[in-house]
Amino acid sequence: MKEIRIHGRGGQGSVTAAELLAVAAFEDGQFSQAFPAFGVERRGAPVQAFTRISDVPIRLRSQVYEPDYVIVQDPTLLEVVDVVKGAKDTGVIIINSEFDPEEFDLKTNAKVMTVNATKVALDIIGRPIVNTVLLGAFAGATGEIKPDSIVRAVKERFPGKIGDKNAEALIEAYNQIRGDA
Amino acid sequence: MAVIRDLNKDKMDVVEGSYAVAHSVKVCKPNVISAYPITPQTHIVEDLSQFIADGEIPNCEYINVESEFSALSALVGSSAVGARCYSATTSQGLELMHEVLFNVSGMRLPIVMTIANRAVSAPINIWNDQQDSISQRDTGWIQLYAEDLQEASDMHAQAYKIAEDKDVMLPVMACMDGFILSHVYEPLVLLEQDLVDEYLPPYEPEYKLDPKNPMTFGSFADPECYTEFRYLQQKAMDNALGKVEEAANDFYKTFGRYYGGLIDEYETEDAEIILMAMGSVIGTIKETIDKLRAKGVKVGLLKVRAFRPFPVEAIRNAIKNAKVVVAIDKNISLGLNEGALFTETKASLYNTSIDVPVIGRMIGHGGRDIPLSTIEKIIDDAVNVMKSGISVESQYADLKEELL
Repeated sequence: MKEIRIHGRGGQGSVTAAELLAVAAFEDGQFSQAFPAFGVERRGAPVQAFTRISDVPIRLRSQVYEPDYVIVQDPTLLEVVDVVKGAKDTGVIIINSEFDPEEFDLKTNAKVMTVNATKVALDIIGRPIVNTVLLGAFAGATGEIKPDSIVRAVKERFPGKIGDKNAEALIEAYNQIRGDA
Repeated sequence: MAVIRDLNKDKMDVVEGSYAVAHSVKVCKPNVISAYPITPQTHIVEDLSQFIADGEIPNCEYINVESEFSALSALVGSSAVGARCYSATTSQGLELMHEVLFNVSGMRLPIVMTIANRAVSAPINIWNDQQDSISQRDTGWIQLYAEDLQEASDMHAQAYKIAEDKDVMLPVMACMDGFILSHVYEPLVLLEQDLVDEYLPPYEPEYKLDPKNPMTFGSFADPECYTEFRYLQQKAMDNALGKVEEAANDFYKTFGRYYGGLIDEYETEDAEIILMAMGSVIGTIKETIDKLRAKGVKVGLLKVRAFRPFPVEAIRNAIKNAKVVVAIDKNISLGLNEGALFTETKASLYNTSIDVPVIGRMIGHGGRDIPLSTIEKIIDDAVNVMKSGISVESQYADLKEELL
């Protein structure tokens, strides 16, 4: 089983990202589970959402304490939230940032990777909404899910032009993810 | 028979728990829905009102009301004229219904209501425990508790089947842990309309309000006959014991899925330690059991699906050979310092030849997360009881001493 923790701010679509990841993983042939850190959703406040992915049905219902993967939607969170808390040594931390991974000095043995998701989103979608973009980066960084499965999940949730733009942006992020793979 | 699932991915969808339940209610073809929104139940009734607005539930009226008290009161009248009725609520909303709950069961109205279990105020807390529904245990409603989304979803068809049985005619609370199940996304088979049509016949009440054939519901009962009304309600609960099992078995025959009847057992056959619990913590307990079984700890689980009627015989049979039993509760009876499952399990063993030590551990109140480590700690307590007897009979297992 792989556990993913998504950090964002209320309004950035962290919960939606966790759900889409669960849908995409299922489309990819795995079992999945997604849930928010319940009830604390306020616009701008730090929030978390979780996804579990597994070959077998998932029974565990606790929050995620030792994530295999962490997605950080908003780099300003690094100053206020311990985003690497509990991250496995073999894990990957994916940060939305214009900087290279080497610029970050995080207290973790997990691998740090970055992608300028805000720029990708602004260039392609026209708005700084990075949740779906970072799912593309997740696919590129981890290989856990096929990018096509994420594209399908995103297009299903956002039909029409919005879905198409999001799909284009997430594929771009899939290709742009930086860090030693 | 243990849990049997349908893991054919082609039939499954990844949806939110609330949507899965709303879909289940839809395919059960209710005639009247009335509910008042309250977190974490809200998504269920939002989805249902959307279904009705989109014309997806024919012959169904959604009655907007100003409170939970009114919601259930509206259903009393609707059910009495023969409509299949549905509501959903939680926490303070359920407590506000308290008076009406007795009326529904006393008038023998087979209303089904989802409880998205949540803590009660004060202090205000919107997160999960089961204090809300457990506090309504004596209102004459059947109470079933679901382990995961598939069970919560499927439980609604079973609930109508049980409630509307002529030998039962009692309302049912289908309880699912708020947020933990109501807001989780996971794959499940959405309840199949064609199979529901086969499983659940239309509701045809033996007695109903009808101007052509006038009769009275819930009228005056003086000391000459009140006791007999209450006696008959208890008889109906006795009948429900068998009907809960039957509904689960028939469901398995039609749908191929099974989660237990009154109870379910996991790894209990040779278990020295048996944990008892209700609701979504079951999954986490099963994970912990697998982990500890690999280390040689003989631990098993008794899942209690039906809290009302309380399955005394089934529980006795399941735990009689254990060396220690732990009842896990997401509720507390203040003044007794025990959860209800613990108190009632102990009572079920008294006056019998079964001599098994039982301890109670309360966890997960007000949404406190339940990691594997909490369950492991409880199992440690049980191991200590086997070694040296009971030291603390009942307590919180996840209390933060540093906050006191």
